[in-house]
Amino acid sequence: MSGFSFNDIYNAYTVHIVVLIGINIIMATSLNLIIGYTGQFNLGHAGFMALGAYSSAAFSVFAGPYLLSILGWSPLSFAEHVGFMAVGAHSSAAWLPASVAEQFVFIIAILLGGLAAALSGLALGLPTLRLRGDYLAIATLGFGEIIQVVIDNTKSVGGATGFTGIPRYSSFFSVYLCAALTLWVVGRMTRSSKGLSFKAIREDEIAALSLGIWNTRVKVTAFVTGAFFAGVGGALFAHFNNYLNSGTFNFLKSIEYVVMVVLGGMGNLWGVGAAAIFLTILSAALRRFSVWRTVIYSLLIIVIMIARSKGIAWKFWKKKEKGVSLSS
Amino acid sequence: MIKFFQQIVNGLALGSIYSLIALGYTMVYGVLRLINFAHGDIYMVGAMVGYYAARIFTGGGSATRLGLVLLSSMLVCGLLGALIERLAYRPLRRAPKINALITAIGVSLFLEYFGQWLFGADPKSFPDLIESQQAFNFHGVVFNNIQLMIFIVSFLLMFGLRFIVQKTKIGKAMRAVSFSHVGSQLVGIPINRIISLTFVLGSVLAAAAGILLGLLNHKIDPLMGLMPGLKAFVAAVLGGIGNIPGALAGGLLMGIAETLVSGYISSTYQNALAFILLIVVLLVKPAGIFGKSSQEKV
Repeated sequence: MSGFSFNDIYNAYTVHIVVLIGINIIMATSLNLIIGYTGQFNLGHAGFMALGAYSSAAFSVFAGPYLLSILGWSPLSFAEHVGFMAVGAHSSAAWLPASVAEQFVFIIAILLGGLAAALSGLALGLPTLRLRGDYLAIATLGFGEIIQVVIDNTKSVGGATGFTGIPRYSSFFSVYLCAALTLWVVGRMTRSSKGLSFKAIREDEIAALSLGIWNTRVKVTAFVTGAFFAGVGGALFAHFNNYLNSGTFNFLKSIEYVVMVVLGGMGNLWGVGAAAIFLTILSAALRRFSVWRTVIYSLLIIVIMIARSKGIAWKFWKKKEKGVSLSS
Repeated sequence: MIKFFQQIVNGLALGSIYSLIALGYTMVYGVLRLINFAHGDIYMVGAMVGYYAARIFTGGGSATRLGLVLLSSMLVCGLLGALIERLAYRPLRRAPKINALITAIGVSLFLEYFGQWLFGADPKSFPDLIESQQAFNFHGVVFNNIQLMIFIVSFLLMFGLRFIVQKTKIGKAMRAVSFSHVGSQLVGIPINRIISLTFVLGSVLAAAAGILLGLLNHKIDPLMGLMPGLKAFVAAVLGGIGNIPGALAGGLLMGIAETLVSGYISSTYQNALAFILLIVVLLVKPAGIFGKSSQEKV
């Protein structure tokens, strides 16, 4: 076996995979809220991610430099904006350190990306969440496709050729901070009394309705929250890759996240996180098989679904509860 | 005005291909309540098999040649459909719905990627089994002989299907299975065999659709099934899923809408159109044009 030296950890490729794992944890966890806890088939999660990615990237590319020039200390601009001439202000020190100013822009970009995705989630969710199961799946799938077409036809963000020159603000820490935040919020939400109504809707919508749960509102809440974090994931992705292409956020991407949720166990917070880690590494490991990678991956999806139709983590969980089993 | 009617004629030709695919979706959904995502890729396999069959069967007149190509492709796809059902869907019949859905997507991806390896990723040009010529001209609106042939073949197949479903014992069994699995089993219907047969019938129609599209567009590739598959599903929903005349009407409507949009607005919005149409239909009349809405009970 080849040795695993300390330098390998800082290998650019390894960093890339580690950051990608973090982003995928965010994506899978947010989708888990929609599919796993609330039981609403969403096959357009990559569409929310794309919206978050493009809107945040547009903010930091178009509005970012202007904002930085306000935040960053330069005697002239400070004088212009605040309106006084500082005595001996020829210091090169910035009002905010460059990186802090950039992080400030980044945080706004992330929030903006999340909000854009959440708004689209609201616009999509209000009408379509009345649909059940398969219909919702196809409607959300269609949403993902429409987003791609719209991006391809928007020239200001590069259109079909892609969006270049996005500043690289994402780092290991920002990605994992957001991942932890996502896990915390989703975990908190689903353990609250509202969380019980999520699960009630997943188990039986009509029974939940008869218990006085306002179905539409609960479903839209789950949808909008999930979309928000998907947008955050997209924003992080955009500021990590420097380049965006609408083809990245295709149907296959959405399916990847759905597979993570189902493999990890629907409505299992840590299981889905673990599945995100596992599948990201797996897909990176399959890369060396180039042509066969996609064939193997699609076969694995089928085999995983047949072999463990309740998810890997679910089985570990169930073993603890001896003697009690709901399904046959 | 001539342009408008010409687009409608072109749309009807494309639409009857969509109808053939949509029938497979509707039938499988009827008996299993499963969106068979792999159906669009069976249509791709149908076109590919037709491509190779046309290179094998070189002799004979164009009608016998077309007949042989259609038959061989239908045979292969029928078997493939039954195989997919047996290996991938049957083990999941009692599993949660989302697992079956993802398996269907997995099968679809597998067929696409395996097809890319097997047939090569670049597009192939489908041979001209019939020489394209103007069949007749109605006040400037041109009917191509290939378009006419597509109408004839697809309508023959659809009437054949309607005959099987409405007039034969197998069709009666299929309708019974789509009504209730348990009930059908109680009266002695071998539901596994009927479900297999439904897949075979749907796949046969998809194979024919693949060859007809090859004749119409001349360009086939391993990813050609993705969008038409989804559009045909939308067409099935449009007409009311599980409803055979509905799938026919939905497919024709979809074809016409698409050619009108690409003729008058822009072909870039062609793919988005199907989904916008879907969302609108689901909002206005979720059961589809011909579907009956049912009250859900606990």
